[in-house]
Amino acid sequence: MSLQLENVTKRFGTFTAVNQLNLTVEKGSMYGFLGANGAGKTTTFRMILGLLNANEGHITWNDKTISYATSPEIGYLPEERGLYPKMKVDEQLVFLGELRGMNKAEAKKAIDYWLDRFEVSQNKNKKVEELSKGNQQKIQVIAALMHDPKLLILDEPFSGLDPVNVEMLKKAIIDFRNNGATILFSSHRMDHVEELCEQLSIIHHGKQIVSGSLRDVKRSFGRQNVRIRSDHDLHALDNIHGVLSVSHSVEGAIFQIEEEKVANDLLAAALQAGPIRHFEIEEPSLQDIFIAKVGKEYA
Amino acid sequence: MREFWIIFKQAFTSKAKAKSFTITTVIMVAAIFLLANISKIIDTVQDVTGTGKSENLLQVVDTSGILIDRLQAEFATGDEDIVLEPADETETILHEKVSTGEIDSFLTLSIDEQGIIHANYTTMSMMDFFLPMRIQDALQSIQTEMKAEELSLTGTQLQTLFTPIQFEQKNVSPSAKSEEELGQARVLVYILMFVIYLAVIMYSSMIAMDVANEKSSRVMEILISSVSPVKHMFAKVLGIGLLGIVQIIIYGVAGYIALKTSATEVPGGMSDFFSMKDVSISTLVYAAVFFLLGYFLYATLAALLGSLVSRAEDVQQMIMPMSMLIVIAFIISATGLSNPELGYVTYASFFPFFTPLVMFLRVGMLDLPMWEPLLSIAITLLTIIILGWFGARVYRGGVLMYGPSRSLKDIKKAIQLGKE
Repeated sequence: MSLQLENVTKRFGTFTAVNQLNLTVEKGSMYGFLGANGAGKTTTFRMILGLLNANEGHITWNDKTISYATSPEIGYLPEERGLYPKMKVDEQLVFLGELRGMNKAEAKKAIDYWLDRFEVSQNKNKKVEELSKGNQQKIQVIAALMHDPKLLILDEPFSGLDPVNVEMLKKAIIDFRNNGATILFSSHRMDHVEELCEQLSIIHHGKQIVSGSLRDVKRSFGRQNVRIRSDHDLHALDNIHGVLSVSHSVEGAIFQIEEEKVANDLLAAALQAGPIRHFEIEEPSLQDIFIAKVGKEYA
Repeated sequence: MREFWIIFKQAFTSKAKAKSFTITTVIMVAAIFLLANISKIIDTVQDVTGTGKSENLLQVVDTSGILIDRLQAEFATGDEDIVLEPADETETILHEKVSTGEIDSFLTLSIDEQGIIHANYTTMSMMDFFLPMRIQDALQSIQTEMKAEELSLTGTQLQTLFTPIQFEQKNVSPSAKSEEELGQARVLVYILMFVIYLAVIMYSSMIAMDVANEKSSRVMEILISSVSPVKHMFAKVLGIGLLGIVQIIIYGVAGYIALKTSATEVPGGMSDFFSMKDVSISTLVYAAVFFLLGYFLYATLAALLGSLVSRAEDVQQMIMPMSMLIVIAFIISATGLSNPELGYVTYASFFPFFTPLVMFLRVGMLDLPMWEPLLSIAITLLTIIILGWFGARVYRGGVLMYGPSRSLKDIKKAIQLGKE
């Protein structure tokens, strides 16, 4: 049970929106799909859903091409949220559920369950346009989850939600993963990706510039931070070989280093200057990696 | 097929359940009953408020001295309650009174030496044409009588002088109906033509609006990820088509009941004109057929155009060319109502976008050979199929296209995107 994209390329005229994209999402795992605005994320999702055809490469789900026959297995949360503003919440969800292959009774049961879980039961008979933006967002999420899909494609699932609701939604998505669903999601929020995803890709101008497991991505990025707190002067450490940059503060200093063994040299040198209160090797955050990789291209 | 019916059902019920639909339907039905019973209502109002006929008092300056009495006598034989009153003031003062609005009008009468009556009617109102017409008629017969007396003719001699000739018109054209039939057909055809025109323009723009709304609210992306755009388009067209049929049937039944109930109360007049026994069944069947053809033709076009815009505000502009086509079709058939055998009407009736109205006019008004309506129906059906095929291609790309699209050039872009 996996989603596979092999050498997928999509061109619109002379513009290449997606270039030689490869990714595999295993059953029961979550894949983070990162990229700046206009990087080609939505185009990729539309290709996976079969709304657009790739110029080159193959997209398969359980070794089959995705078509309208497989649509009941797929849950899709588009980036631009879309619901009928004038339709009542439950009628709307029944309609969308039926389109994904549920019958009316199943749909009603699922709607009650999800409305209750997302704490929006009181809105069941309201029109969508009467709801707050966050609550509309929840209805949209329910529309994507209610038919118990095996493949979830979530475009910016957390945007527009407050922290409490973000946690609620995260829990729901994790439940889906634990039940064996395959999940692909895009986000601008690096902390969410870091927390949820085993695998990730960063795409930029349609090209995949980083991909792999979270740990590998961080390892291969190389640079790490060393944080030292000491009452003694640490300026002598600035010139140690392998230190890329340093920022001093009253408490001590943070060194960005080329590779992990430089940390040992730093520790030895710091101890020579005097006793230290704190020593830590920090992994680079995804945010750092994203800015370094994507930002570099802009520079 | 399952998804098709779900979309179909949704397109129909969401509209049928909407308050606006119920309200329009109720208002229309009420309007139909009101119109059918209008004469009864006017009678009732008049019974309540009195006779309803107000006396017309007219000041007359009569220099001959004899005309005023004869004119009054002439009016007395008719229905009019016009009371003539010899004026006390001079013509100049009366003239002033009319200009200041104190009195509505006045009349001066005189006879010259040849015995010709001269009348001068002075008024401020442009709309005052009924009374002068009556006065002129009355004076004309007074003059005739006076001249007859002068020539010492008897009443019977006078009558023979004015006996009308017997004139009858007979049309030997094979497609023509008799004058009497034509008169009856004209009213029915006109009403049905108007219904077809209104329904086609209303429901097709409803489709375009619906599609544009689904795009602008971005629900389209979810829909087409579970049902193919082509299925979605045809389900929508059929769903709203059913809505139209239901609404027209409601109006039809309401109209039938209204005319039936009012016809028993008021014999003669309009209700006789509409009495159902004269309605030719074939005209009604043709009306239904041409409504359906017109609807599907324009609805497919409207769906295509609606898929090109991203905002509901742009819909009207986009469907403008389409609306023009319907309006032109209506103008052609409206002008053809008095003479359905005109050359351009005949040609227009085979042009698919005009067929629903113009061919309906011709089959309603003329006895056409069977092949003519059948040929035009076939041409229109073929156009619908081609347009459906073409529309589906545009629609597939159009629904994914966002941005400032307001022109028909975007059709090319949409087809391109649809292929990809």
